[in-house]
Amino acid sequence: MSFTRRDLFKMAAVGAAASVGGNLQASDDAYPIDCSQTYGVLVDTVVCIGCRKCEWACNNEHKLSTTDLKTFEDKSVFQQHRRPVDNAYTVVNEFKNPETAKPYTIKVQCMHCNQPACASACIVGALKKNRLGSVDYDAWKCIGCRYCMVACPFQVPAYEYNEALKPRVMKCTFCLDRLEEGRKPACVGICPNEALTFGTREQLIDLAKERIKAKPELYFNHVYGEKEVGGTSWMYLASTDFINTELPKLTNDPIPHTTETIQHGIFKSFVPPLALYGLLGLIMHSLRENKEDKESDDERS
Amino acid sequence: MSAHEVPTPITRVPFFTKGTMIVAAIAGLGILAYIYRLIYGIGAATNLDDQYPWGIWIAIDVASGVALAAGGFTTAALADIFHKERYHVIVRPALLTAMLGYTFVVIGLLADLGRYYNVWHPMLPSMWQGNSVLFEVGMCVMVYLTVLYIEFLPIVAERFGGRVSLPGPLRVFNKLIDSWLTICHKFLGRFISLFIIAGVVLSCLHQSSLGTLMVIAPTKMHALWYSPISPLMFLMSAIAVGFPMVIFESLIASRSFKLKPETKILSSIATYTPVLLGAYLAVKIGDITLREVWPLVFDGSYESIMFNIEILLGVVAPIVLLSQRKIRNSVAGLFTSASLVIFGVAFNRINVFLTAYTPLYPGKPYFPSIFEIMVTVGLICALVLVYRFIVLNLPVIAVPPSERGTDKATISTVKTA
Ligand code: SF4
Ligand code: SF4
Ligand code: SF4
Repeated sequence: MSFTRRDLFKMAAVGAAASVGGNLQASDDAYPIDCSQTYGVLVDTVVCIGCRKCEWACNNEHKLSTTDLKTFEDKSVFQQHRRPVDNAYTVVNEFKNPETAKPYTIKVQCMHCNQPACASACIVGALKKNRLGSVDYDAWKCIGCRYCMVACPFQVPAYEYNEALKPRVMKCTFCLDRLEEGRKPACVGICPNEALTFGTREQLIDLAKERIKAKPELYFNHVYGEKEVGGTSWMYLASTDFINTELPKLTNDPIPHTTETIQHGIFKSFVPPLALYGLLGLIMHSLRENKEDKESDDERS
Repeated sequence: MSAHEVPTPITRVPFFTKGTMIVAAIAGLGILAYIYRLIYGIGAATNLDDQYPWGIWIAIDVASGVALAAGGFTTAALADIFHKERYHVIVRPALLTAMLGYTFVVIGLLADLGRYYNVWHPMLPSMWQGNSVLFEVGMCVMVYLTVLYIEFLPIVAERFGGRVSLPGPLRVFNKLIDSWLTICHKFLGRFISLFIIAGVVLSCLHQSSLGTLMVIAPTKMHALWYSPISPLMFLMSAIAVGFPMVIFESLIASRSFKLKPETKILSSIATYTPVLLGAYLAVKIGDITLREVWPLVFDGSYESIMFNIEILLGVVAPIVLLSQRKIRNSVAGLFTSASLVIFGVAFNRINVFLTAYTPLYPGKPYFPSIFEIMVTVGLICALVLVYRFIVLNLPVIAVPPSERGTDKATISTVKTA
């Protein structure tokens, strides 16, 4: 490509905004939270043993199911690729490392993005990134449009489709209630193997880099989530390139960047819409005068 | 408007004919499906799932519905802002279509909302979310719908002002409603231009923003439709489909009400269409070229076929057809080309919202359920019925004196502009 993606976006967004007479300025103050100090979790898939205790702890914490811890020892579920659903905020999947042909397991859940697409999309602000790091959902506000599900680059939010009256968007809450009490998330609490580490983003990035440095033969040299889509609270280490995992390949551009640039361009202090209003008013007025002139001319002649 | 053609309630045809009965039956089925959705939920009524959160209710009922209701603001702009007086005869039918179109967009949207009873939430300042494209679309549609009702009010006032006669005990309200109508009429007569301009601005805003909606999903959208200038293309295609929609309806109306088709006016607005569509096509080609996705146009994939159908049949063909005077002057030619434009724009919306959308972990591909189809088709039929009812009872469609019925209501004529 002769254009870089970013150039193209910029150029295009300028065009779009200019089409309604807007001037352009991306707002940087939309995300006031300093994400280095928000909490996060480092998921180390190299250390994960696939015990699925985290799944149970999550279900238990959020009362999603009452299934016994024992049933989660069943590893036959690995034969199928599962995704988080409305009654399971997190699931563990098994994949093969193509280089070593060894299986590894990976826990997936909401990434609690620093600049969450779901929150940018939400029409009523029912999803919000808070200071502890969690992207939290307020069912009371939600209108159920499911635009958050369209927007999420990790395809995480699930919906209670079978709920006729009060369906909710279902996704990992980062155990916000526990965070507020100063406790770790339930899954981190139960993990027997330091596959899940809780801390501030800053600490976790340091820790991840140390682990890679200490055992470079075990780790692929990349901390997934450090930069992807502008950074996420949950980050991953793996033994293989992340394209071999179920985590999607993403650029470092925050997902909401383009739409928000367009929106803020069009709505900059309401100037462009008002300008259009004024312009149309002017046309309407001046053309009417023209016509009257013409009519009176006609009468005279 | 010309001195001879005055909007008049159509009295020469009955509301119920064999055709309307069938339409009513389909609409009835749609209502049943709608009720089923309300009782048993979205999961039971639709084939939507976590991977495909949006289906035809969004792609057709909402996105295509809004685009096809664009005739309202384009004719208002042409006749009232650019003062092309002879087009006034088509302003009212276009306004009515827009008003009903948007009303049914909202009804369709409510079916899709999990918590439809919260639909008013975006109005609460405490829930305003300026970053959300959907928020902007929602607010504009809501305000615009109100503006449309306000613009329509004079038509009601014209029909009933001075002769409100409610039956039975409601009689006591006659005076009140009457004077209210008169006040509205006077007040609106003076300020209607403010609302007309507002309607055009609001339309430009949300027609384009509908095109921004899917820009938030760069990794899920097929490159043929994922463009940062999608809002511009949505706006241009909406403007282009406005007049063809008016032509399409006017021809159907004159046929079912046994009126002479307004071929002269219609072929004259049809001259704008190749220009507007041509501009849209040029931007589209520029977009494909700049993003260097031409190879995808010809790779023979399902998406490329859909794209080619959309562009060749829905954009190129009507440009070619309507550039020819002979075709513009024939009823069949007008009707065919207008239908193609409408098809093209609706197909584009379906492509953007459904064809282009590939979830990250697709299970079974999405195909609408029988209930989804019933609701969508039923809503369209219900719209047709309400439209018919209104033009039979309110002065919307212009009828030359020779074809006018003997209804007394026709005496009132308002001076427009
Ligand atoms: S992973 Fe998806 S649902 Fe979670 S915060 Fe990011 S955008 Fe939102
Ligand atoms: S479904 Fe609810 S949480 Fe998701 S975008 Fe719509 S209103 Fe927001
Ligand atoms: S509890 Fe820890 S070790 Fe067990 S599956 Fe979950 S992340 Fe892996």
